[in-house]
Formats: sequence, C-alpha cells, structure tokens
Amino acid sequence: MLIKATRGLLIAAVSVLGMAIGSFSAQAEINVNITEGFVEPLPVAVADFNGGQPEEQLIGRDIAEVISANLERTGLFKPIDDKAFIQDQNSLQVGVRFGDWRLINAQALVTGSARVQGDGKVRVEFRLWDVYAENMMTGFSYTSTRTNWRRIAHRISDAIYKRLTGEQGYFDTRVVYVSETGPQNRRQRRLAIMDQDGFNHKFLTNGRFDVFTPRFSPTSQEITYLSFEGNVPKVKLLDLQTGREETLGNFKGMSFAPRFSPDGNSVVMSLADRGNTEIYTMDLRTRKFSRLTNHPAIDTSPSYSPDGSKVVFNSDRGGSQQLYVMDVNGGNVKRISFNKGRYATPVWSPRGDLIAFTRLSGRKFYIGVMKPDGSGERMLAEGYHAEGPTWSPNGRVLSYYKQGKSDSRGKVKSKVYTVDLSGYNEREVVTPLDGVDPAWSPLLQ
Amino acid sequence: MRFKLLTMFAAALFLSACASNSDNNADGSNDGSSATTGTTDQSSSVSSSSIQGPQPGTLEHLVVNVGDRVFFGYDQSDLQAEGQKTTEALAVWMNSYPAVTLTVEGHADERGTREYNLALGERRANSVRDYLVALGVNPNRVQVVSYGKERPAVLGSTEEAWAQNRRAVFVVN
Repeated sequence: MLIKATRGLLIAAVSVLGMAIGSFSAQAEINVNITEGFVEPLPVAVADFNGGQPEEQLIGRDIAEVISANLERTGLFKPIDDKAFIQDQNSLQVGVRFGDWRLINAQALVTGSARVQGDGKVRVEFRLWDVYAENMMTGFSYTSTRTNWRRIAHRISDAIYKRLTGEQGYFDTRVVYVSETGPQNRRQRRLAIMDQDGFNHKFLTNGRFDVFTPRFSPTSQEITYLSFEGNVPKVKLLDLQTGREETLGNFKGMSFAPRFSPDGNSVVMSLADRGNTEIYTMDLRTRKFSRLTNHPAIDTSPSYSPDGSKVVFNSDRGGSQQLYVMDVNGGNVKRISFNKGRYATPVWSPRGDLIAFTRLSGRKFYIGVMKPDGSGERMLAEGYHAEGPTWSPNGRVLSYYKQGKSDSRGKVKSKVYTVDLSGYNEREVVTPLDGVDPAWSPLLQ
Repeated sequence: MRFKLLTMFAAALFLSACASNSDNNADGSNDGSSATTGTTDQSSSVSSSSIQGPQPGTLEHLVVNVGDRVFFGYDQSDLQAEGQKTTEALAVWMNSYPAVTLTVEGHADERGTREYNLALGERRANSVRDYLVALGVNPNRVQVVSYGKERPAVLGSTEEAWAQNRRAVFVVN
C-alpha cells in the first residue's frame, strides 16, 4: 500500500565522507553556553563557499545558505546579512582579513569551497574561524555525490554547532510526521518524511487510510507507526530503504502507541482487549510479546529511558491520566506527575535527564519537561491544543504539533513546531500541508 | 421468551413482522421473524397496507428502532442511564435478529491526547459490549474497535460537539 516514492529514500547508500582539515586550536575562545535560559544570539558570518565552475559556485552558495538557515533556526546564532560583508569570497581564498569581519561585528566566520572532482563527486571544504582570536577553530572536508549537497551542508552545520556549543548537532537528521489536509471528518492523513529543515519532503503512504504516531528506530532506517488500514488500529513497521511494511503482531484486537527500545531490537506498545489497555514489548527478532503492565486501568504511551532500564508511561490508575515510571520488567511502578491537570505522551530525552510530556490543564494543552523523578517541571509551549513532543537527538530541541479550534464546517489547522529546551525560540516547521505527530530521527551517519 | 421481549418493543415488532412479510430476510435472520410472520398472517388485511421503513436486521432498521449510539461524560466510560436504556433496547433487537453481528465503535472528543483517547474509546465500546453480554447477547456477536478522537461525528470545537463525539456507535456487520 505504500506509494512508490518510498523507494527513493536510500540514505545509508549515500555516504558523506568527512575528514579533518589541518590542525586547529582545541581551545575555543568563543563558547556559546546553551545550558542557560535565553542567550543573546552570537553574530556569525557565513561566506558563500568558493567555486570555480558555475556549477561549483552554485553549490557553494546553496551550501552557505543552508548552513546559515540552520544556525539561525537554533536561536543561538545570528547570521550576518552578506550584503554587509567587506572581504569578498575570492580574497578569502588567499587569507582571512579578520579586521574586516570584526568591523561588521562577526564573532565567528565560516568559509569554504566546493569542487567537482574527476569522478563527478563533489568535494566540499569548510573552515570555522574565531574572528577575535584570529585562529581556525575547526575544519573538515566532505566528499559525496552532487545531489547530496544538502546533507554536506547539514554535516558542516553540525560540526560548527558542536565546536561552538560543545554539544552534538542535530541538523543531519530527518523528521517523519503525519501530513493532514481536509475538514475534521474527512481529514486525509499521510505519512511523510522530510529533512529537519523541511526540505526533501516525500509522502510515504497514499492517504487511503489513516496513519498516526510514526516513530524512528534509533538504530536503523525503520519507523513504527499506527495504521487504520482495514479499519482496525494496528502497529506497523516500515523499512524506509526497501519500502517493506508489516503489521507487528497477529492478534485480534487493537495495538497502538508504538516506540522502539533504545537498542532498536524491540517495540513497546499498547494492546487493548476487553476494555483494558496494557503495555507489551515485542522482540523484533523472536516476534514474542511480553507484558509489562497488569492493571485494569488504561496503560499507554510507553517510552524507554535511553539506557533501556526503565519505561515511562501514561496511566489513569490513580483516577486521572498521569505519568508513571516502571522498571523494564514492569516492576517498581512510581507515579511522577503531581501538579494540576492531566499528563500524557511522556517521552524520555535521549540524554536521559528529562521527560517531555503533554499536559492538559484548565482549557489549555502544554508541552513541558520534568526530571525522571518528577521534579523540576516546567512548561515550554502551550496552545488550544498542543501534543506529542519528540526530542532532537541531542536532547536540546523539542518538536510537537499544535492544532487550532475547528469551525462548524470542520475546518481546522494543525502545524508542526519546534522549541528550544529553554522555552524560547518557538518556530513553525513549514510543511506543504498541515502536520501532526512529528518524530525526530537520530543523527544520520 | 423471544416473543415476550418483542412485545416489550412494539414498534420493532410491528416493523419487523410486516417487513418480513414482503421480504425474505436478506441477513438470514429468519428465526424470530418467521414466528412473528405466522401471527401477522392471520390478520392479512392489516399487514398488507404499505410498509415504509428499513429492512429488519439492517443498520437502518436499528437506527430507526433503537438508535445507533450512546454518549458518555468527559473522560468517562460508564454507561449513563440513557445509554443503558439504549443498550437494553439494542439487546432486545439483537435477540430478535440472532444472525446479526455487531461492531461497537468507541470514540472520544478532541480534548484529549491521541493514544489515551484510543484506549478510552475502546473502554467505552466495551462498556456497551459488557452490558449486552450481561443482557444475554452472545459475546461472539459483538466486536469492538476504537477510533479515539480521529472520527468526529459532529464538527466544531464546542461543548455540544464534544458531547456528541464522546460516543459508542453500533455498526451492523
């Protein structure tokens, strides 16, 4: 049932080879502290990457543009308009005139070049400069196919981000989500995938049946999601490279709320039977189910801790929807949410230090985070309806969706957003149609 | 016994009896209705008057005679008094058409999260199923499914719409 476009999504086959350039100072003069709340964005200059042939110039300009946009979206950096640049691209090849960049208040400078090689591949070099210390902070070269230039730009963005913040980047990633269009009662829903910045958008299903809650495997190019195909909600597994799709588990009732374990070897999900929803894991190698919860209440939305030792989940066993943590064998269940309202869709941060959730309180929905013991709760975003957070692989940014009120004819709008862990810098992720249920991939490699 | 139940439900009896005169039950639910056919045949001049209304044992027939849904309170899955009455009528109707099997679809309003609402819808559908079984309906005749908040019956983001969308709907298979 998957549309043919799925088969164009080969990722592992398109490698980007990266190598360090020269030697550079390990000690950064510039260091963007991203653990505090609001930070004044760091002014950076990203010069067009130098190219000889017109095609190379084009790739060079496009790469600089993607890097610039990536850095800008973090809210941590402020790319300087290139119209203000004093030193031109050609003279940059001879050497950086740091004074020229200080004059326009650039703290960091990114330079580079793009060259098409004899084998048709493109080789891209970049260097990151500390304008005030007048030294090179890092530099790498990358080789890949020409059509793969966006990934090179994302890899460079990740290298810059890492050097300036000390943390892993998240630009060479993708987001799978559910594209929506049409009125409430005839909403067409399709699985779709795109780069983290919204480019390379592709639909994965044809919209003839509803799909929801796609989630990436942490270790492979696979996603698990909920499908209403055949009118019974079932958990599916989809291989993005081959387009092969299968239903997980052959039982009569409904299954939903799937998520991979951190090692990618199993999928945890809810099975509903006779009015009772419980949490099970399915080992993908043996296809065996094991039951984690045993309670007449609703137990759903399970998410593993990154070390695989615990599962956070949603239950109304205390009378209303709250968050609970249990050992991976189902024992030692502890409630962790205690503030006003109902809590749902817990997702453990890839760093392990926080759990993101949806909170329903008053007439509003919130996206928030708390520590795994329930302390340190804070809200990052809110709306008439906001739901379903997913973490960037570095645990720094959350993506989720917001939906507005619908009118009497069922007209409704839903959009995917991101927000920084500080609660600042909320941005809409531009998608061709409406969007819900985003899920962030791990870093591609 | 079946006949007694049917008299409790006069409209259904009349419709089913009359319609089964003109129609050989397409659903094959001929058990109860053939018995009633015999009775009405004795007053043939009455039953030959024009019959409007859906074919017995069909979803349309259920909608007209019983209704096809029950409603729930916010975040609730217990049948309310009205829902109990409807379910009791549904049990009577099902006993009249023993070949009919049913799917009860559970639904939720939009003011909840997707996965929890799927579970809640399933619990609502099962409230209906459990009560049907308690009323003597064979459990094998009733399936349940939940579509959570994904298939609203009434459009809009109003209290009225939400109340109508917190429902379990009976679908004749």
